[in-house]
Amino acid sequence: MENLRCKGMRDLLPGDMLRFRYIEDSFRTCCLKYGYQEVRTPTLEHLHLFTAIGTLTPSMLSKVYSFLDWDGWGGERVVLRPDGTIPIARLYINSLSEHEIARLFYVTNIFAFEETGKQNRERWQCGAEFLGGAKFAADVEIILLVKDVLRRLGLNRSELRLSHAGLVKALIKELKLSSSEEARVTSRILDGDWQALTQAKPINPELSKLLLRLLNLKGKSSSFLQNVRAISQQASVDFKSNLEDFINITTLLDSLNCDYEIDFTATLGFEYYTGVCFVVLADGEKIGGGGRYDNLVPLMSDRNTPACGSALYVDPIMKLLSPEGEERAEAGILIEGEKPTPRILQKCFALAQSLRGAGYTAELSFTGQEESDYRWAILVCEKGPSPFVVTDCKQKQQQDVASIVEILNILGE
Amino acid sequence: MSIKLALPKGRFLSPTVNLLSRVDLGFSDYGSETRQYRRQSAKFPYLSAKIFQEKDIPIQVAVGNYDLGICGLDWIEELLVKYPASALVKVSSLDYGEGNVHVVASNQAGISDLDELLAKQNDWRMVSEYPNLTEAFALNLRIRRFRIFPVWGAAEVYPPENADLAILSERDDIDLEAQGLVSLMNLLPVTAFLIANRESLENKDLSPILSCLSSKLATKAQISSSVIASQRRSDPITSHSQWQRKEIKLALPDGHQQPPASQFLKKAGLNLQGYPSRAWIHRPSVDLDWLGIKVIRPQDMPLQVATGNFDLAITGKDWLQEHLYRFPSSPVKELLDLRFGKVRIVAAISQDISAANINELKLLIQRGKFAPLRVVSEYINIADKYLRDNYVSPYKLIPTWGASEAFLPEDADLLIDNAQTGKTLAQHNLKVIDVLFQSAACLIGNKDSLDLPDKKEKMEIFAQILSARLS
Repeated sequence: MENLRCKGMRDLLPGDMLRFRYIEDSFRTCCLKYGYQEVRTPTLEHLHLFTAIGTLTPSMLSKVYSFLDWDGWGGERVVLRPDGTIPIARLYINSLSEHEIARLFYVTNIFAFEETGKQNRERWQCGAEFLGGAKFAADVEIILLVKDVLRRLGLNRSELRLSHAGLVKALIKELKLSSSEEARVTSRILDGDWQALTQAKPINPELSKLLLRLLNLKGKSSSFLQNVRAISQQASVDFKSNLEDFINITTLLDSLNCDYEIDFTATLGFEYYTGVCFVVLADGEKIGGGGRYDNLVPLMSDRNTPACGSALYVDPIMKLLSPEGEERAEAGILIEGEKPTPRILQKCFALAQSLRGAGYTAELSFTGQEESDYRWAILVCEKGPSPFVVTDCKQKQQQDVASIVEILNILGE
Repeated sequence: MSIKLALPKGRFLSPTVNLLSRVDLGFSDYGSETRQYRRQSAKFPYLSAKIFQEKDIPIQVAVGNYDLGICGLDWIEELLVKYPASALVKVSSLDYGEGNVHVVASNQAGISDLDELLAKQNDWRMVSEYPNLTEAFALNLRIRRFRIFPVWGAAEVYPPENADLAILSERDDIDLEAQGLVSLMNLLPVTAFLIANRESLENKDLSPILSCLSSKLATKAQISSSVIASQRRSDPITSHSQWQRKEIKLALPDGHQQPPASQFLKKAGLNLQGYPSRAWIHRPSVDLDWLGIKVIRPQDMPLQVATGNFDLAITGKDWLQEHLYRFPSSPVKELLDLRFGKVRIVAAISQDISAANINELKLLIQRGKFAPLRVVSEYINIADKYLRDNYVSPYKLIPTWGASEAFLPEDADLLIDNAQTGKTLAQHNLKVIDVLFQSAACLIGNKDSLDLPDKKEKMEIFAQILSARLS
C-alpha cells in the first residue's frame, strides 16, 4: 500500500504512546519534585531567534524548516521550532524576566530536516532549564535531575560524559587564529570534527601537546582535571578560570557519588553552550544532553541572566524501554448488548456511564468480536429478572445479575 | 534508448548554439527564433532536446525528466544549496560564462566590504533572484536579522531605497559602478556547465554525447557581450536623492509590458522621460514633481507595494491575485482597472487527452491515468487555489519561470497560464479546458498609504488622471 505519511515523519501508535507517556510522566514527576514548573512554547518562532552567533551553527540552520507565514509579505521568516532551549529563553524574556530565578520544564517536539528521510524529522524531547542559576551548583542540580529521571525509567546502564564548552572555546582562542578562521574551526568542532583543532597550527608547541592530551584522555574524577591544571600553568587566564569551574562541578559530583566520564569531545553541536556540557549515552546512542548557556539571554535581551539546562530525547529512550509498557494500563470491562435495539443500547450506555463513574474502564462492544483480553464481560439483555450476565474472564465464571448495584458489588469483591 | 538534453534560452543561447555547432550534435536549428521548443538531433536519432528557461533546467535534470542539461552555475547552486541531495551532477564547465554572482550594496549606503556590513546591527533587507543562495549567504555569514525578497528580475534597481543588499549576477565591476552599486563579495562565477542526472549517468550510456561535448571543451567559446555592457552605461534620469524626496512612489513594468504601459500613460497626458527605455533607465521622470518612478518586474510589484516600498504600481490583475492568494491580509488593493493588456488565465492540457473540462480530467485522475497530476505554472498560488477549489487530488505543482507551455505533454499534464488569443497554446497542441479569470493591467495601491491624508490626496489625483483616459 502507498505510504501516505510524509517522509521523515512518524506515527505514535497506542503502544508507542504508552511508552511515551511513561517517559513524560516520569520526567514530569521528577521535575515537579525539584521545584520546576511546566511551560509550553508555540511551534512557530521567528527565524532570527536562531540565527545570531552563539545560537545555532550554520550547519544546523541549513536544516531548519523556515518559511514565510500567510502575513509574511514583509519578508521575515518563521521556523518550525528547531530547538527547545532558545524558545524557553525567549519565553523567560517575554513573560518571566521579573523573576531572578525560573526553573522551567517542557515536553516538546522539535523539527530538523534529515536528508535521507529514514530518521525522524520531528523529534520529541523532555527539557529542563534553570534560568538565573549562576553557580556551578545549578549545573550539578541539572545533572542530578537527569540522573534521577533515568533511574526512574530504569535506565541504569546509561553513561554520563562531561565536557566544558568554555574550556574548549578557551583552547581555540589559544590558537590565536584570525576571527574568520576561529569561527570556521569552532563550527567544525561543533559539528563533531575535532580534527579541526589538531589541524590548526598553534603558535605554541606546548599547547599542541596539551590539546592532544586533553582530546585523547578520559578522566573519571575531578583528580583528572586537577592533573590537567598542574600541567597547564602556561595557559591563559580564561582557560584557567573555566578549568576551575569544571573542577568545582566534578568535585561536587564526586562527593555525591555521581558517576561520569570526562571526555572533551562530548559536546553537543549547539553554539550557545558556554560552560559545562554533557551528553548521556545508552547502548552507544545519545539519549540526552545539556549544559550551561550564560550568553543566550543577554544575546536576546538587555538582561544578564545566566542559565543551564538539559534535554532527554524521547525517541531513542522509547526504543530502550521494554515492550511490557505496551500492555494496557488496566484490563477493562467489555459491555455487549444482546441485540442492537434502541432499548438495549440505552441500557448499555447507562451501565457504562455507571461503571466509569465508579472508576472502572468500560468499553462498548460494537462488533461482538473484540479481543478477549478483558477482565470482565457483561452481556446486557432486553428483559427478565436478571438483565445482565457478568463473566469473570480470568476465572472463566458466569453469573446472572439483576442490577447495576449488584454488578458494582461483584467487581469490588 | 533515448537521451534527452535540456538547452537554455536567453543569455547562454548564443554561446551554446556555437558550442553545439562545433561539436556537431545535429541541432542546426537550435538558435532559430521560433516558439517551437522541441529539437530532434539530425545526427543521433536517439537524441532529442527541449529548450527551457535556464532556471528550470537544473530542476528538470534533477527530477530525471532530462538526462543532460546546459545552464549557468548560478542556477545549479541555487538548487544545490537548498537541496544538496538532488540527483544532479556537475559534469564539466563549458568554458564560457558571463560575470559573477555578487553581493552588492548601493555606493551611497556607506558599506564597502563585509566587515563593515557585519559591524552594523541592521535588519537587512536583501533582494535577489536567488533566494536560496541569499539565505545561505546570510546564514553562513551569521547575519542575525534579515529579510529576503525574492524577485523575478531587476534586483539592481532596489538598493538603496528598497533593499540594503542585492544578490545578483553581473558581468563586471564597471557594470555595477554604472548602476551605482558596489560589490561586497563575489559569491560564484556564472559559468555555463554541462549537468547530468545522477541516475542517467550511473545507468545509461551517454558516452557518445559526452565524448562529443568534451572533445571541444578546451576551445573557449566567447560570447559577444559588448552590446550588453554598453547598454548599461546610462545614468538614471532621476537620481537617487531626487527619487527619495518624492512623496508618492510608483512602480512601472519593465520588459514587454513597457510599450503598452507607456502608451497608456502618454494618452493619459503624462509626460514621461526615460520610459519606455532599452537603456537600463530604472528611474524615469515625469512632470508631476511629487511622483517618483522606478521600473521593476510586474510580478514583483504587489509584494513591493505591500511592504510599502511603493505606494502605487501598474501591474496585472493576475499578479495581484497571485500575491493575494499567498498573503490574504496583504495591504494591497486594486484601485483602477486600466483595461489594456487583456489576457485570460486558463487551464490547458494536451489535445491528446480526452477531457473537455476539469471534471472530466478529474475522472481520469480517479482512474489512475495521472499519479499524481503534474501541474506547471508561473502562477503557483493561483494554480494551487484552483486545484484545491476543484478538489483535484493528487497533484504536484512545478513552478516555472516562463515558456511553461513547453512542459506539456512530456514533463507536465496541466498548464495554468495566461493566453491572449490562444494561438500559442494551439501551436503546442494544447487545448483550454477552463478559464479561471480575465486579467488586464490595473493600478494597485497600498491601503496604509491611503490612510495618510497627504498621500491619499496625491494617489487619488494620479488615479483620476488615469481614470480620465479611460472614460
